[in-house]
Amino acid sequence: MSSMESNSAAEIIAAAQKLRWDMGGDLHDQLSESLYAEATRISDRVVSRPGGSAARGFDRTLDQILTSRIWGFPLMLLLLTVVFWLTISGANAPSALLSDLLVDTVRPLLREGAAAIGMWPWLSGLLIDGMYLATAWVVSVMLPPMAIFFPLFTLLEDFGYLPRVAFNLDALFHRAGAHGKQALTMTMGFGCNAAGVVATRIIDSPRERLIAILTNNFALCNGRWPTQILLATIFIGALVPAELAGLVSALAVVGIALMGVLLTFIVSWSLSKTVLRGEASAYSLELPPYRPPRIWRTITTSVIDRTIIVLWRAVKFALPAGAAIWLSANVQIGDMSIAEHLIHGLDPVGMFIGLNGVILVAYILAIPANEIVIPTILMLTVLVGGAAGLGDGAGVMFELQSNADVLSLLHAGGWTALTAINLMLFSLLHNPCSTTLYTIYKETGSMKWTVVSALLPIAMGVATTFVVTQLWHLFGLG
Amino acid sequence: MEDRQNIPAGTGNACATCPMHDAGALKRLGVDMKNFDYVVALAGNPNTGKSTVFNALTGLRQHTGNWPGKTVTRMEGGFEYNGLRYKLVDLPGTYSLLATSEDELVARDFILFGQPDVTLVVVDATRLERNLNLALQVSQITERAVLCLNLMDEARRKGLEIDDRRLARDLGMPVVPMTARQEKGIPELLQVIDDVAAARVSSIPYRVSYNSRKLRTSLSTLASLIAREMPGLPNAEWVALRLLDGDERIIEALRRGELGEIRA
Repeated sequence: MSSMESNSAAEIIAAAQKLRWDMGGDLHDQLSESLYAEATRISDRVVSRPGGSAARGFDRTLDQILTSRIWGFPLMLLLLTVVFWLTISGANAPSALLSDLLVDTVRPLLREGAAAIGMWPWLSGLLIDGMYLATAWVVSVMLPPMAIFFPLFTLLEDFGYLPRVAFNLDALFHRAGAHGKQALTMTMGFGCNAAGVVATRIIDSPRERLIAILTNNFALCNGRWPTQILLATIFIGALVPAELAGLVSALAVVGIALMGVLLTFIVSWSLSKTVLRGEASAYSLELPPYRPPRIWRTITTSVIDRTIIVLWRAVKFALPAGAAIWLSANVQIGDMSIAEHLIHGLDPVGMFIGLNGVILVAYILAIPANEIVIPTILMLTVLVGGAAGLGDGAGVMFELQSNADVLSLLHAGGWTALTAINLMLFSLLHNPCSTTLYTIYKETGSMKWTVVSALLPIAMGVATTFVVTQLWHLFGLG
Repeated sequence: MEDRQNIPAGTGNACATCPMHDAGALKRLGVDMKNFDYVVALAGNPNTGKSTVFNALTGLRQHTGNWPGKTVTRMEGGFEYNGLRYKLVDLPGTYSLLATSEDELVARDFILFGQPDVTLVVVDATRLERNLNLALQVSQITERAVLCLNLMDEARRKGLEIDDRRLARDLGMPVVPMTARQEKGIPELLQVIDDVAAARVSSIPYRVSYNSRKLRTSLSTLASLIAREMPGLPNAEWVALRLLDGDERIIEALRRGELGEIRA
């Protein structure tokens, strides 16, 4: 049976090949044209337009403004700034409230409970001062900004604004030798890099798809937005008068995000001129109609889909990280704890690129999830800086009454504005998270490109922070 | 899967206990049909509300974004209607099935080799002309297609009137006008899905008329050869087209005998 089948298959293939030769080359176009002709014929028969079309006029006017050469980019920046400003100024109060509840109210109760049942001190230290506190910190720091940022971003998405962003960026991508659809996958990367990498499947050419995959990490993702927002709030906001702090912090975050976009272009261009040489292919980008977003539905789904999922991921990583931090701070080797050894060892390397040993150790402890970098940094700073009155003993993540407390703590730990700027840059430019790396490996099927996608941003991060540090010292800023 | 009483009378001469879909091929494509009677595929251009239809049918709350290319992978869900259990597979949104990019390949392979019991094509009523391109291609592959004429509210707002009965006649497939985000038209759609799955209703493969006489003769020669060698194949003319177009994947499927497994 099977041999007969393959015989007839061979016969059919041979016949097809012969007919194909006879017909000449433009068949593919002929087929598409015939299909389009049929579609036009049918739709002409069934669609009629008795009245005028008011909505279409509105869409077109809005498009002319949002994608205009003059107003397109300024409006884009304005919208982004407003979103971040709302996030930053709205998140402070609920953050303090959550911290009051989880850290100041629940934690003492847990400790009393542990003492009442006679739990060993080291175990209650590990569980309550390590794991519970790390998680409480992550929740109170991350939940409020996410619960504001994600619904706002989703509203813009549902309204139909993101394809207009892609439209505005399209020409730039084309000039960088990349595929215009990369504008879409990059926009998706602003949500999650792993999702952005999967989305590159919409790009036909393997060359352009690889460029889109390698550069997706330059789009700030869910895990890194809160870090940026927090750093900008604490450091950049503190440089200006209080009434301007929210706006200036928002602008700093927009600046970092834009730098990511700029680097996407530069790296795409460099790749397409060197190892991934080739012409950019043409395509058509469809601008969907604007749709009034269903506000309540958007808020509930984006809180469930994004906020809870991202938060849950952070909590899962915060639990073991909290334990690791507590242990590293409380297990002594010689006269110092493990964490102190690490920090002192890495300090020279850190100083070289305008960071410090604490930050590098925090990145090592927080490799699986970028979300917990900041809590880890604060805890480690207390440990080595010995800021009296603020900390709660070795390896204990402490409660933050206000951003001013954090600032004075970090100043005590030797931080300057340079450290904060470099940390924001380093948070943009370092390896993608483990999930994204795994996705890149699955999509490209290549270990080589996975390694490149991890090392390229780290190299750029080290180089950038090094240059910024040297310039900073050169101009005698600090 | 083993509800014998649900096999329509007309197919009694075929294997009476086999479901209409190809469970083996579906399994290869990664769809587990345990506990399901029928499989429904969801195709459509990007940004036509495919995910909204998916959510309306399954009651799931998959996020629906207003931008093309949101769904590049397959999403699955299930629903029950008239005591039958349906598995709904959301395919990547594509403009065509001529398979030049990976998302088109995923969608096409599923409709061709997975042989879903029903294939829904979601179209944007305000952009019917461009969207019909995909509907026509689906119609060439399967006789179990249904057109979901979505976003009827936007069409009305733009002052468009669509003669859906004439559309159904011209296209040769059932047409359901709907506004999925307000769940309008979903009960009607469920009824049509039920009819098509049980083979009480089927669509007629659309015959595109080609201008070139050479193409027409080559096509009919090859199609009749295919129909003779593989009498069970429901879409000989479409396969012939793909072979003439030099579609490597279809040539490979033919060589390996995968196409021979497809039954009407």
